[in-house]
Amino acid sequence: MKMTIKYKTRIGEIRHRFIRVNPCLICVNLCAIVFALALNLQAKMWKVTPTQNLKQVIIQANAHDTLLIQKGLYRTENIIIDKPLTLIGQHYPVLDIQFKNEIFTVKSSDVIIKGIEFRNVGMTSMIDWAAIKVLEASNVRIVNNRIRNCYFGIYLSASDHCLVQGNDIEGNPKEEQNTGNGIHAWKCDSILIQRNHTQGHRDGIYFEFVTNSTIQHNDSQGNIRYGLHFMFSHNNGYFYNHFHRNGAGVAVMYTKFVTMKHNVFEQNWGGAAYGLLLKDISDSHIEHNIFKTNTVGVYMEGCSRSVFTKNQFIENGYALRVQANCDDNSLTYSNFCGNTFDVATNGEVVLNHVSHNYWDKYEGYDLNRDGIGDVPFRPVSLYATVIERIPQAMMLLRSFTVSLLDRIEKIIPTLTPEGMKDEKPLLKPLKL
Amino acid sequence: MNKITKYVLYDIIRNRFVMGYTLLLLVIGMSFFSFESDPNKGLLSLLNIILMVVPLVSIIFSTIHFYNSYEFIELMSAQPMSRKAIFLSEYMGVATSLSLAFLVGVGLPTLAFGGGESSLILIMSGFLLTLSFVSLAFLASVITRDKAKGIGLALVIWFYFSLVYDGLVLSILFSFNDYPLEKAMLLLTALNPTDLARIMVLMKMDISALMGFTGAVFQDFFSTNYGLLVAIFILMGWVVLPITIASQIFQRKDL
Repeated sequence: MKMTIKYKTRIGEIRHRFIRVNPCLICVNLCAIVFALALNLQAKMWKVTPTQNLKQVIIQANAHDTLLIQKGLYRTENIIIDKPLTLIGQHYPVLDIQFKNEIFTVKSSDVIIKGIEFRNVGMTSMIDWAAIKVLEASNVRIVNNRIRNCYFGIYLSASDHCLVQGNDIEGNPKEEQNTGNGIHAWKCDSILIQRNHTQGHRDGIYFEFVTNSTIQHNDSQGNIRYGLHFMFSHNNGYFYNHFHRNGAGVAVMYTKFVTMKHNVFEQNWGGAAYGLLLKDISDSHIEHNIFKTNTVGVYMEGCSRSVFTKNQFIENGYALRVQANCDDNSLTYSNFCGNTFDVATNGEVVLNHVSHNYWDKYEGYDLNRDGIGDVPFRPVSLYATVIERIPQAMMLLRSFTVSLLDRIEKIIPTLTPEGMKDEKPLLKPLKL
Repeated sequence: MNKITKYVLYDIIRNRFVMGYTLLLLVIGMSFFSFESDPNKGLLSLLNIILMVVPLVSIIFSTIHFYNSYEFIELMSAQPMSRKAIFLSEYMGVATSLSLAFLVGVGLPTLAFGGGESSLILIMSGFLLTLSFVSLAFLASVITRDKAKGIGLALVIWFYFSLVYDGLVLSILFSFNDYPLEKAMLLLTALNPTDLARIMVLMKMDISALMGFTGAVFQDFFSTNYGLLVAIFILMGWVVLPITIASQIFQRKDL
């Protein structure tokens, strides 16, 4: 008896509590239902199968509708998306345009394109046909698509606040002039490009007049020209990207306030290939990057007031080529290991600040054991200077004469630029 | 002729110098490959040694050996044998022993750790370099009767090819800077066996990208089988030519 009474009272308590909370819950529930109903009334869900005409469905759909595109092959023509739609591919439906035109032309904001495979965009010289072209829109999201054998991959023009994420873009390169760019952005602002993979295009990622944007965790490899190429694109940040085996590496020009951190530039090897070519770049930060096995790790021309710190230069032909028109840059706390030439420059005057780097070619001593060498290190070898003047002298690479001359020059410097020296070279490599 | 070669070989192997040389090369080769994790870098370090040590040892040892066996040669000349046969078998003996030493000392570690096309080129160019410096040594030895002079001459030849020649090339480059020198450079390389050997190896290591336009011209030439064959042929010329001249001098010489 006692037990049942106790039990009842407990139930009563619980019920009581529930009743007390209930009005509030009901209110929230009602709100949610009403909201959902309102959305449902407005936004319809369309299922598109390969037997249907995708273009017709998109024309019929209202703004904010969602299209679920089922798996299959869709031979489409050019589709203009001029209202905010959500297009979701299920198991990567294939949109094939058979080299006739471009596939999606997005002219509306708030469009989402997700999980679709695009194929066979044709080559033109008048208009840049692309798998997905976004024109003057904002808040467009292009996520997890596959793009194969297209002239341009994703093309953003005069757009802002767009997201390009997780796309896998692979071209079929023939020649530089017959291939477009993987991700191309022109006159955009505040866009986010992340975790994409581009391969086999002219430039993996190309920017012109793009500002305040973030480019991160992308992988750009095997492109005919550059892995990353931008001009006049101020205040952008590039983080954790990987650029490798591109025809001419990475080239960035005419830009200020660039931030590049934790990127890897490797295996850009060839007569005119650069890990990172910086032309007229100013007020920028290049930090924590790795430059490995490039013909030239970093090539600088007309760079000013930029900070290079905590980078690693490993096994490059030239780690750094600094033209004499660079000024007020600082190069600190970097590792130089196994490069054929550490630094080359073409003039007598050096207006840059170099200190606290580790050079594997440094042969000085450290009497007070503070980890900093007591004799300055001159990273420009005599032979590098000679080659800068007479490129044919490269024929004598690794000959005994050259090493002898370099040694003599180290003892009594005459030809190498006086100002190019690391006053405080580190004795041990930095752990970066 | 074979008999004399055999005796020369026995003689050389007995005096233990060649054994020491083999061991030295073996130790250097092994240590370079075990220091460097990347076999290509080991190969490059080894290349520097080969270009310096191999010609020096070959030329000095051969010259000294020639003068030391002068009495033996005189004795042989008294026998009914052609001088050419005596001279060439002497050459064969020295060249065989030194190239065996090279092939064991450098070839074994290179093939064991390196492998690939560039190591094969390295071994081959080193081998031809040995032969050509032995034949240069014989040329130096027949020119003069005086041992000191002969060794001096051999040293000068080594010095010229390893050091002076590259300096000359550099000065030519400086003075004719304004002219297109790429083709001329190819010719200049052909005139020095050590340069030829060095560039043959470097070209196989994809270093040409560093070399700009000159590199492109060199790459065009050396990367084709035709170019490689021509280079090997020229190196063989550096073996055959000095020994032929030396043999001519030896045959007419008043011993």
